[in-house]
Amino acid sequence: MKPGPLYQRNRDRHPPALTPDYKTSVSRSPQYSMISLETSVSEITGPVFGHNDIDPLDRDLLNNYAKPGENPIGERIILHGRVLDENARPVPNTLVEIWQANAGGRYRHKKDTYLAPIDPNFGGCGRTLTDENGYYYFRTVKPGAYPWRNWVNNWRPAHIHMSIFGTAFAQRLITQCYFEGDPLIAKCPIVKTIPDPDGIDQLIARLDMNATIPLDTIAYKFDVVLRGRRSTLFENRLEGN
Amino acid sequence: MAQDLNYLKETPSQTAGPYVHIGLAPGAAGFDIYERELGWDIAGPNAKGERIRVEGVVIDGMGSPIKDVLLEAWQANADGIYAHPEHEGDVEDGFRGWGRVITDFDTGEWGFDTVKPGPVRLPDGKVSAPHISLWIVARGINIGLQTRLYFEDEEDANAKDPVINLIEWERRRQTLIARKSTRDGETVYRFEVKLQGQDETVFFDI
Repeated sequence: MKPGPLYQRNRDRHPPALTPDYKTSVSRSPQYSMISLETSVSEITGPVFGHNDIDPLDRDLLNNYAKPGENPIGERIILHGRVLDENARPVPNTLVEIWQANAGGRYRHKKDTYLAPIDPNFGGCGRTLTDENGYYYFRTVKPGAYPWRNWVNNWRPAHIHMSIFGTAFAQRLITQCYFEGDPLIAKCPIVKTIPDPDGIDQLIARLDMNATIPLDTIAYKFDVVLRGRRSTLFENRLEGN
Repeated sequence: MAQDLNYLKETPSQTAGPYVHIGLAPGAAGFDIYERELGWDIAGPNAKGERIRVEGVVIDGMGSPIKDVLLEAWQANADGIYAHPEHEGDVEDGFRGWGRVITDFDTGEWGFDTVKPGPVRLPDGKVSAPHISLWIVARGINIGLQTRLYFEDEEDANAKDPVINLIEWERRRQTLIARKSTRDGETVYRFEVKLQGQDETVFFDI
């Protein structure tokens, strides 16, 4: 039994291209129908990464940019979870990259001019590979909320951006992880691009007291699900000539 | 009630936002953090085949270049083999076939160096014309856009390509063809992606 094509992507689960309440999407949303393809070798393959590509320190945002002996300001958190596919199988050895604002809601980016200060000890990006069980973890500070220009008074809920590869280029995904209990989630035009309330819930990391380190760091758990693949039962045609 | 199928549901996509560079290309965001940024060397030093440059721009519905785009490329080597354990065949040492590039903050232009991919043999006996798969994310794009870049000078292969032939309209097929030129002895293919309008690029649901 060999893994075959990916399951059709459930587009109802994802935001549509055009979401006028998130204004930037209006001029950046394709208007014609996409052409639907069965996944071929170009899509069921994808880049492979290894431990030579990254450094173990890359997953520790408390230390990967801080001056020796110093730490960023903010609530210390662990963000951890598993990368699974729709068949609930772990996706091992896949690259997970994150980026985020600092505890004051400011990004270390030359285009961010928000008045909250840059934290000299916080870069705001991290990356890691999942282990053989699809498990990943990062250590960071909880990002702050920040205002953005959309309607006059829009604020992004605290969030961490996450990029995940999987094993197939057609599994490629970028999403955002929010935090349980944040009242800004329900008000955010970017969150609300997702049509399915259950889909929104899937983007909210949950407080995880079991993984919390007493007197040290609060943990949040965030699992990611990538598209699943069919097994090639009775499909000799796909196995080649 | 029948049994539950017990499949999980895919995590919904969210926009990469304006600060995607911090995570995926921190050097461009203006700071130095990783020893190695990923995706700048697609083909590696040992790849066979023709060295080419691919350049372009992503244009929004107002006709303006988008200046905060991130693109990723995925391609086979000159023999039509992907650097992936599920594709039979070997690739050159150092050939990854994957690249990541961002647009210039002032002009919106992007570009990368690679080798021209070969045709890819498909299990049903058909052949895919040489192509590079592209994945495009940016602020205002809610879910990454997938398209394919084909080459102007592969007319015969393009005419037989099973994906191009799925597109009903000739005019739309043309949106996937990168235009060839030569600059200082180097072969350059230009690929302009249009997100809207009559010449909107074909995007794939794959």
